[in-house]
Amino acid sequence: MTDTAVTASAGSHTEIEPAHPPTSTGLSNEKVAMWSFLGSECLLFGALISTYLLFKGQSTPGSIEPADVFDIPYTSVSSFVLLMSSLTMVLALAAIQRGDLRLTRIWLLTTALLGASFVAGQAYEFTVFVREGMNLRVNLFSSSFFVLTGFHGAHVTIGVLMLLSLYTLSLRGKLPASKAETVELVGLYWHFVDVVWIVIFTLIYLIP
Amino acid sequence: MSTGPTTKDESTGPVVETGPDEGGTHHDHPGEGKYIKIALILAVITAVEVAFSYWEAVEGILAPSLIFMSIIKFVMVVAYFMHLRFDSRLFRRLFVAGLALAIFCFGVLLSTFHVWTR
Repeated sequence: MTDTAVTASAGSHTEIEPAHPPTSTGLSNEKVAMWSFLGSECLLFGALISTYLLFKGQSTPGSIEPADVFDIPYTSVSSFVLLMSSLTMVLALAAIQRGDLRLTRIWLLTTALLGASFVAGQAYEFTVFVREGMNLRVNLFSSSFFVLTGFHGAHVTIGVLMLLSLYTLSLRGKLPASKAETVELVGLYWHFVDVVWIVIFTLIYLIP
Repeated sequence: MSTGPTTKDESTGPVVETGPDEGGTHHDHPGEGKYIKIALILAVITAVEVAFSYWEAVEGILAPSLIFMSIIKFVMVVAYFMHLRFDSRLFRRLFVAGLALAIFCFGVLLSTFHVWTR
């Protein structure tokens, strides 16, 4: 995000207005806060992933194990969907930065739909696991798996709600190009949720 | 980073002047074509990851190669989609501090319980 927003005025000249009020660092306070928050989120997901890795393979013999339940092709498609939602998110940001509000709305809605598809896929996956006898209480592996992926799913759901809020604001004309930083902040959160899934997909699903 | 006007560079987008603490002048975000290229690379890496997980010939190096590919994907998303490569160094420091602390703390935890060797 640039620190300035270019606004076409009624006349022939172009006015340049700052995208955020002056701050002591010269940077947007909201962006500093968002990056600090994302840094702290690394610790949250680090704790959840570590707990899963600690408990993986430590269940009593005969109880359900990852290889019994994971459907790699299905989860790969979900991962691909989330990865592509990062592309549509960054395209939404690029659109609002050049003042194309119609395209901004299209990409925001596409991102929200891709995110909702991912959450729906995860909910379906959970129901399949529960049907196969895996639930929060059956063993340490399943408890840590559901807590980790459930927390991630909750993050994606919050992201979808934020994207839909941006879409609604844009429809009402309350998200002009000068507020591109708002889209960027939601985008940072969204991409972070994506990178967390990149790690989860590899460590939890792909590595036996 | 100043809040003053940006100067327009036709080939690479606006150039944003930054303060001495932020690493000097840097170019603004990449264009849409580059975003699409990065997304394609990410999709290809994901496909290779999945293929590797089924390929018995790479069983001996499966975990390190999958971790290596996921690190590449992670860095690409953070650097290009989250613009950490182009934004202020302060943002990079804030994020890397949290990430490094997490890797260190949980690396020690997992090593204590011999997770790598079991």
